[in-house]
Amino acid sequence: MAEIVSLQEAIASLLRNGDTVALEGFTHLIPMSAGHEIIRQKFKELTVVRLTPDLISDQLIGAGCVSKLVFSWGGNPGVGSLHRFRDAIEHGWPGPLEIDEHSHAGLTNRYVAGASGLPFAVMRGYRGTGLDEVSSTVAPIICPFTGEELRAVAAINPDLTVIHAQRADHKGNVQLWGITGVQKEAVLAGRKSLVTVEEIVEKLDPRPGDVILPSWLVSAVALSPGGSRPSYAAGYYQRDNDFYIAWDEISRDRDTFLSWMKDNVL
Amino acid sequence: MEMIEPFTSDEMMSIAAARQLSNNQVCFIGIGLPSKAANLARRLHAPDLIMIYESGTLGAKPTQLPLSIGDGELAETADTIVSVPEIFNYLLQPGRIDVGFLGAAQIDKFANLNSTVIGDYYKPSVRLPGAGGAPEIASSSKRVVVMLRQSAKSFVDKLPFITSVGFGAGPGDREKLGLRGAGPVMVITDLGIFEPDPASKELVLTHIHPNIAVENVIESTGWNIKIANQLMVTDPPTEKELEAIRSLVSARK
Repeated sequence: MAEIVSLQEAIASLLRNGDTVALEGFTHLIPMSAGHEIIRQKFKELTVVRLTPDLISDQLIGAGCVSKLVFSWGGNPGVGSLHRFRDAIEHGWPGPLEIDEHSHAGLTNRYVAGASGLPFAVMRGYRGTGLDEVSSTVAPIICPFTGEELRAVAAINPDLTVIHAQRADHKGNVQLWGITGVQKEAVLAGRKSLVTVEEIVEKLDPRPGDVILPSWLVSAVALSPGGSRPSYAAGYYQRDNDFYIAWDEISRDRDTFLSWMKDNVL
Repeated sequence: MEMIEPFTSDEMMSIAAARQLSNNQVCFIGIGLPSKAANLARRLHAPDLIMIYESGTLGAKPTQLPLSIGDGELAETADTIVSVPEIFNYLLQPGRIDVGFLGAAQIDKFANLNSTVIGDYYKPSVRLPGAGGAPEIASSSKRVVVMLRQSAKSFVDKLPFITSVGFGAGPGDREKLGLRGAGPVMVITDLGIFEPDPASKELVLTHIHPNIAVENVIESTGWNIKIANQLMVTDPPTEKELEAIRSLVSARK
């Protein structure tokens, strides 16, 4: 059953230096406050897994918490580059960043395999692309029934998966709705999981298209109102598109970035 | 002769791309230029275009131009929202998407696309965002339309990295690689429109936009570009098209 704890306690008890941690949320419900807590507790040598690295990964990388990134699209959506991600890959600042790079479909299927208790997932994809050459977690596989050549992608089972959701009840059952991305698979693939929520309520009344994660599938729930900003939580607050645009300037220069982090996160 | 209102080459590109989309087509849309053109088509001749974004929003009908592929308005106006595994495994992979609509940083003569790195993969001079949904959109959509701004830096003889496959190294490659969609049918830039030659699969300039010189296209292509025997001039934007594109408001807070 999920324990309801503070965000600070949850990160301190569930995460270790060197762990593989997935932070999921596809544009919507990005676990930003949990990422900030990881930065404040000065974790090191993390492997971060995230389809769309986004601002939180840029901050984790720039803060020196990440030694490896497993991802499929590393940009600032609709704006341009993630400058801290680029600086790490292009110039090794603040340290070298190893990458394992996929397509969205490929990384998604790695979570699906992880959630399913299988060593790999099978898909059409990668053939003829450079990704097929550079990733060690993609390999050819022959269909035993048709002889067709397909691609296998290795399962991913993060030590900890962190997501943000709209609500939980007092027993730790979690409810999210709107764009729910790959969060269910990421939680089920994780050896442990933490869900930050906008609010804790008496009763989870149904919402159209909601995803319910029963308490017994989740390790911990932490209350964190506004925990997704500047991403958004449908029904609570909107995406702060202006901040995504502003991040381009804040993150471009190392000193400006560090001073913003000092003022806003640390 | 009818007076033509002044327009920018970017406007011409978006309008030319929007004209390729039609009602009830199921269109998987990349963010940026493709999203702008698709939303323009919806305001003009294709109000019933079915727009799919990789965030899982099916049939989104935004009133503003979204900044990201997962803006709240896409979710609020969608026919339904599905998970990311569902959109890639159940909708894209089996070939249920009519048109994959992609941008890229670079393209080669066989319409292969790069959105990963400039320079060496392990020591890139520019690290680009990477693949996202593009490789499977390019391989599995029934057909693919590509949009990008054209220059000798974006139209290159050899890509440093193939993120998404067009026609690979030439005829027969898609079949050999098991890619089931027909591949790119059109590439639209700010200078003109290119279509693959049916036999060689090499891109051919078939339309040139108004006020653009052929020399300009030649200089802005990093290989010896083939030009159609009957090169056409793209119809200039109509007043209605220009009005629609200029009224597209970006979604800010």
